[in-house]
Amino acid sequence: MRDQVAELARTDLALARRIYELLFLVRRAEDYIIKHYHEDEMKTPMHMSMGQEAIPVGVCAALGEKADIYSSYRSHAPFLAKTSDVEGFFAELYGRAEGVGGGKGGSMHLANIDRGHMCSTAIVASGIPVAVGTAFANMRLGTGRMTATFFGDGAVDEGNFWESLNAACVMRIPLLFVCEDNGLAVHTGKRQRHGYRSIAEVVRGFDCIVAEDSSNDAQRIHDIAAGAIARCRAERRPAFLLFECYRYLEHVGINPDFDAGYRDKRDYEAYLAKDCIALQRRRLLAGGATDAEIKALEGAIDQRVRAAVERAKQAALPEAGQLFHGIFHETD
Amino acid sequence: MRRISYCDALNEAMAQEMERDPTVFVYGIGVPDHKKIFGTTAGLLERFGPERCLDTPLAEDTMTGFGLGAAVRGLRPIHIHIRVDFLLLAMNQLVNMVSTFTYGTNGRAKVPMVIRAVVGRGWGQGYQHSKSLHSFFAHIPGLKVVLPTTPRDAKGLLTAAIRDDAPVVCIEHRWLYWAEDDVPQEPFAIPIGEGQVLRRGKDVTVVATSWMNVEALRAAQILARHGIELEIVDPRTISPFDESLVLESLAKTGRLVVADNDWVSCGFGAEVVARAAERAHAALKAPVRRIGFQFTPCPTVRALENEFYPNARTIVDTVCDMLGRAPIDTSGEDFYSHERRFKGPF
Ligand SMILES: Cc1ncc(C[n+]2csc(CCOP(=O)(O)OP(=O)(O)O)c2C)c(N)n1
Repeated sequence: MRDQVAELARTDLALARRIYELLFLVRRAEDYIIKHYHEDEMKTPMHMSMGQEAIPVGVCAALGEKADIYSSYRSHAPFLAKTSDVEGFFAELYGRAEGVGGGKGGSMHLANIDRGHMCSTAIVASGIPVAVGTAFANMRLGTGRMTATFFGDGAVDEGNFWESLNAACVMRIPLLFVCEDNGLAVHTGKRQRHGYRSIAEVVRGFDCIVAEDSSNDAQRIHDIAAGAIARCRAERRPAFLLFECYRYLEHVGINPDFDAGYRDKRDYEAYLAKDCIALQRRRLLAGGATDAEIKALEGAIDQRVRAAVERAKQAALPEAGQLFHGIFHETD
Repeated sequence: MRRISYCDALNEAMAQEMERDPTVFVYGIGVPDHKKIFGTTAGLLERFGPERCLDTPLAEDTMTGFGLGAAVRGLRPIHIHIRVDFLLLAMNQLVNMVSTFTYGTNGRAKVPMVIRAVVGRGWGQGYQHSKSLHSFFAHIPGLKVVLPTTPRDAKGLLTAAIRDDAPVVCIEHRWLYWAEDDVPQEPFAIPIGEGQVLRRGKDVTVVATSWMNVEALRAAQILARHGIELEIVDPRTISPFDESLVLESLAKTGRLVVADNDWVSCGFGAEVVARAAERAHAALKAPVRRIGFQFTPCPTVRALENEFYPNARTIVDTVCDMLGRAPIDTSGEDFYSHERRFKGPF
């Protein structure tokens, strides 16, 4: 009995540590973007995940490797949480030949299909239908891969979202619809866009699993996602997961914009108190990890991200002929 | 060889490919219903089951993205639209997602999906059930576009499209569905990107698409009786468009007419004449001519529709004018009218 408890504590701590590693990886990668963006070598519009990392990290930790995800142009956290491919990531942001898209995609179009980040799209909501199809294929072919699609509360305004939700429900396709609800579409709040009181309330009218959470706690989000995945599989239905969050920076770019007048800095400060990275760090300490252990882990991640940036800076640009490479499938 | 219809040829291509490859499936609005997309999906539900022959919600754009997502993870979807006009609702997924997906992976992802869409005409189809717009799709890198004219091409090109690892849009004219021809029974593919010469002639090259090949062949019969020989080139694939057959033909005739089953302005005909101007300018003996729909929405009533659509007579008149010949009196000619056969409603 005592052994079992000890075992449980060990696995919990392992999970908490894995979640923290992913959170820290995403945050640190964006720290480096902020640090180097002014050099004007990463010429790509950055839609930063900062503040919202708990959602992609929690969900991806629950999905594991054998899964496929789709994300929007706010792609950094989903991409890194799913693939950990920080080298391919920075090479792509720098437009290098060894980037995940060979320099064709940039920040808004990150794809590493071998590691299950299928694509990210610059057209709001347009990855959602594609996720439905991938979930259908994974179901039909019995691949054992779960599928998830990440999008914002602005995407919920689009027909593609409602059509996809409807199709996945009627076709009984296991799939996670994950809404990162930061309350904003660029600078426009939900109240100006939604002719209904609550997204979740409307979605509850569909034949799917619905869960909501506003904790900004990656581990809690992990647990909700894990529960939803199990139910999706067992009930052969999609799930809609609505997570409230807060975007720390401007819509696109690396700066705060609390002086712009469309939102109140006090909301930001309230959210900072439950910053997902600080929160998970506290959990690790409470769970028995030492500060030194955590610092070692952080240092290793920092080293890796720094090396990825350095490597990307040195890497070669695509050759001119590469323009024509990959319009259609090629075996390299 | 046995003769079968264009419609049956499409059906046979899908059935044989579904038999050969269990990842092929067919879907779209009304695909498994009792009308069977004019018969082209007949028997597929019974043979392959509801998992591989499925109806969908009315959501053209989303269901196009659905096909993409299925294709990139190992299935080979065929998405059917009973009118091209409905496919327009899928332009976002088609142009922003489907055509770019492979490029975004730098060539790693396969997107083996087929989009079949039918062009309507006559018996009141009107301005929202009659478009072809193949040049829209051909304008986009990352999509392939085929327009089979003969039953043999229908089977061979659709088979090739299903086997292709790229997205292929297949535009099918409703009036061609009854055409009958020798079609091999065994599965076969016609390479995407190869045109064919439907008729040899020395005087004028007519490049025709889809139904306009039928009109061009009829025009050629009439003109032949007056000593004028048309060479008819059917590109069959307009993207990627291989202009070599057109250039070879022009080297012989020096005269080019494009008869496109679409509006002329900014259409495929402009692409053909531009390539002729770029690569065969010296061979051209006369200004090129373009034939297509009048630049109006398609009217519903027959009397106006007759003005809207070009036909064999338009081609005869254009060729005579081009050659400086007196107009041919075609009043005694019997122009085959599909309205005698096509009684609607679709
Ligand atoms: C179809 C489409 N319309 C408009 C835009 C411009 N646009 C980019 S992001 C955005 C807001 C989207 O908000 P949301 O879905 O909540 O995502 P978030 O940026 O908050 O992550 C808009 C309107 C676009 N990219 N695509």
